[in-house]
Amino acid sequence: MKKNIPLLFAFVVGIIVLASEFIPHRPFNSITETLQNWFMIISGFAILLGQISLVRVNVSKIRNRSRDWQFYLACLISFALMVIIGLLWGKQEARGILGQGAAITANLGSKPFDYLFDNVYIHLSATMFSLLAFFIASAAYRAFIIRSFESNLLMITGVIVILGRTSMGSMLTGWLPARLHFLHLPVLTDFIMQYPNSAAQRAIMISAALGILGSSLRIILGIERSYLGSDK
Amino acid sequence: MSVNQNTQTERRLIFLLLFIAVLVPLIFPIGWKTEVSPHAKMAYDMIDSKPEGSVAILSFDYEPSTMTELQPMATAIIEHAWSKGHKIIATALWPQGPQVADLAFKEMAAKFPDKVYGEDYVNLGYKPGGMVTIQAMGKSLKDVYPLDINGKKYDDLPIFKNIRALRDVTYAASLSSGVPGIKEWIMVAHDVHSVPVTGGTTAVSAPGFLPYINNQNQLYGLLGGLKAASEYEIMIGTVGPATVKMDAQSIAHLLILIFILVGNIKAWRIRHKPKQQAGTE
Amino acid sequence: MTLTAVFGKPISHVAQHADAAETMIAFVNRICRRIGILRYKKYEVIMRICSLLAILMVLAFPLPALDAPSGTFTIEDVPWDNGMKLLLKWNLSAGFDSLQILTPDSLGVFQSIQIDNRSTGDQIMANLEPNQDYTYRLEAYNRSTGERYALQATGKPLEGWFYLGKLSYLIMLLLISGAILYYIFSARRGKELFIRRISGLDSMEEAIGRATEKGKPILFVPGISDLEDIQTIAALTILSHLAYRAAEYDTSLIVPCRFSMVLSAAREVVREAYMKAGKPDAYREDMVFYLTDDQFGFVAGIDGIMVREQPAANFFLGSFYAESLILAETGFSTGAIQTAGTAQAHQLPFFVVSCDYTLIGEELFAASAYLSKDPQQLGSLKGHDFGKLLVILLILTGIGFEIAGISWFRTFFEGVR
Repeated sequence: MKKNIPLLFAFVVGIIVLASEFIPHRPFNSITETLQNWFMIISGFAILLGQISLVRVNVSKIRNRSRDWQFYLACLISFALMVIIGLLWGKQEARGILGQGAAITANLGSKPFDYLFDNVYIHLSATMFSLLAFFIASAAYRAFIIRSFESNLLMITGVIVILGRTSMGSMLTGWLPARLHFLHLPVLTDFIMQYPNSAAQRAIMISAALGILGSSLRIILGIERSYLGSDK
Repeated sequence: MSVNQNTQTERRLIFLLLFIAVLVPLIFPIGWKTEVSPHAKMAYDMIDSKPEGSVAILSFDYEPSTMTELQPMATAIIEHAWSKGHKIIATALWPQGPQVADLAFKEMAAKFPDKVYGEDYVNLGYKPGGMVTIQAMGKSLKDVYPLDINGKKYDDLPIFKNIRALRDVTYAASLSSGVPGIKEWIMVAHDVHSVPVTGGTTAVSAPGFLPYINNQNQLYGLLGGLKAASEYEIMIGTVGPATVKMDAQSIAHLLILIFILVGNIKAWRIRHKPKQQAGTE
Repeated sequence: MTLTAVFGKPISHVAQHADAAETMIAFVNRICRRIGILRYKKYEVIMRICSLLAILMVLAFPLPALDAPSGTFTIEDVPWDNGMKLLLKWNLSAGFDSLQILTPDSLGVFQSIQIDNRSTGDQIMANLEPNQDYTYRLEAYNRSTGERYALQATGKPLEGWFYLGKLSYLIMLLLISGAILYYIFSARRGKELFIRRISGLDSMEEAIGRATEKGKPILFVPGISDLEDIQTIAALTILSHLAYRAAEYDTSLIVPCRFSMVLSAAREVVREAYMKAGKPDAYREDMVFYLTDDQFGFVAGIDGIMVREQPAANFFLGSFYAESLILAETGFSTGAIQTAGTAQAHQLPFFVVSCDYTLIGEELFAASAYLSKDPQQLGSLKGHDFGKLLVILLILTGIGFEIAGISWFRTFFEGVR
């Protein structure tokens, strides 16, 4: 019973959503939107579940003095700080419990929440994303190795695209005559990105779409039950 | 997996060299010129072709983490649109979108002091729901955004005088680093309401959107990464943050090519080591 | 569909109409005089006012126009759609330089929405509200004679019961779904099905074994999308199998989640898997935990876990974006065996470079069937292959038609726009 009701629910909702894709008449044409709205409402309530989990896991790590427990403490303090100052003085134009916090805003230049957002959060976030540059460098060092026909092809293509994406690419082949313009590195890069790359992307997208279709069908028909925690 | 199992020391050395390669050109700019790519030109042409008084939606579907690549695109598009006399409605499908939109508007408002909030541009703020939100905009913009980010009423903002729904805007541009983003704007704004859509994304995500630049014009060009942002700056004739950073990116790319070369030498030596030892026995 | 053609009158003939009205009034006058009504001056004034009103009435109400242009203007509902389109058709006698289509704004004032120069043509009006009356006016203009003609009609867009524009989608869906179901039932009847090896999934046992040997945990990241993404569901189905094995081997599992909905679903999956393995006591709720909704905050959290906990095996399965390489490279630096899988084609290269095994696109969705070895599920994979074959055939046919200059095939499969 515990499994059958969700399975029945998945079947009915799946069929309705599928039908609504092809039936433009009311009520079908608004069913998907309604279900999405329900999902958003449920998600809203579920946020609390996440916050509770975050606090509980971090508190238990601190309590048990796990390795590097100070980091868990830093996480909790940061979380609490942003929530409290956001509630007390609000953010941007929105009022907080204590109003607009004119005095503190005059000192900081902006509201405490906005001040931390602009001066701490933005930079921490950008730092995380910028790690990509370092990791791409170390991954390229490891991956573009001459080994076989395919890896050579990968390396040559990689080098052309890397060069074509820089100012150097224009300079290196800028002297080529007009009839050899197709060998100009930025042009060659655009060609690689637009044709062979897009063709491969489309092939993967199409096969993934077929995978999604099969997977959805298995879920709707109740053949696939692992997502409910059991396949029995 | 590779034959090159780079050690921690190697990794740290790579990181250090890359850090220097990025830092030096930022302090001492070289001023290399970059070439405009067809996709950036397509995006530029689409915006450029729209008449004065056009109203556009610029959706800030990213967060501060990707500002380095996407913020220069935002400021360049705003500058271009404003110089053509277009009005901009800023929306956000990501929670921190309104803040980055605010930063972009503040920066550009200094360049265009005559632009009035509420008349030439407006920041509607964040709405959750992704594609559902865009679909709702297709029915009524006012229902989705009864108030702007500052709490001003929709009807009190002159920019919305002739704007009731998504179909009333001249074009839409989404700057996105994930989902929801460009794809959702294409699926609703273009495919359902026939609103021309262009956009920008991070360099790592750009290849995924290329299939949408097709003969159906689902996407009018694409700005992929910092290079495309600098190309846009070239087209609008300004030296912005992307142009300044392009030197650093070019040097970093060249350094990566050197790493690839060194990696190959190392791999070749590893592969030939046993042979040499066998030869000496 | 409602259709009312209500107005057709050359504006230049208004004077002629007024004359006709005057004539009519004069006739009424004579009758009135005859019967003695107009003996009083005030009635004369009243009659004059009446004549003026009559002229205005002629302008405001439909009357058979004198020398009316031979032309029609009709509005039809576009069938088989979502009730958001109307088809405007007009057929006017020649002799017009230009025409424009107007529609009333919120104040009822007609505003031009399109200018045309075809005497016969049609135009689709899109993005309308279903079941609402829409009025359009067609004004034709002749520069040489200075004549302007107006035709007006009203129509109502209605919702259909089938989206004809999606017929190609439906045919494809039915064909592929039919093939999947056929192979599922074939498998049920005991037909042997061959499935190629997917090394990324075969390695799962090896990874769990290695983690058990080392006494280290397994890290499983179910992507960065919410539960509405089918990739997240696919990741959870793999998590179910992995958690079962981990429970069997008594290996600890770490599952960080980006969204609360994924958290609750993943907890249920892991709890059930532990129960199935007969070790409900070994399940701890903090195995599956929430980190943050923030994309790069989530990545930073996982990186921290990898560096601190040093898991022996990392699984990155689901939907990933720009953070894929940050995760995979950090995992690589810790020396863990890494298996990744996503349908985000543009993130695959990063995983291929940094991970030991990568599930490409549909392999992620095939994983559950492959791992369960359930003939029914394996049968559905055979259906995917039929779908691929169908797509290949359609692509080749489409290319053939395009080369031959026949466009209906492409138009049909482009479907709804």
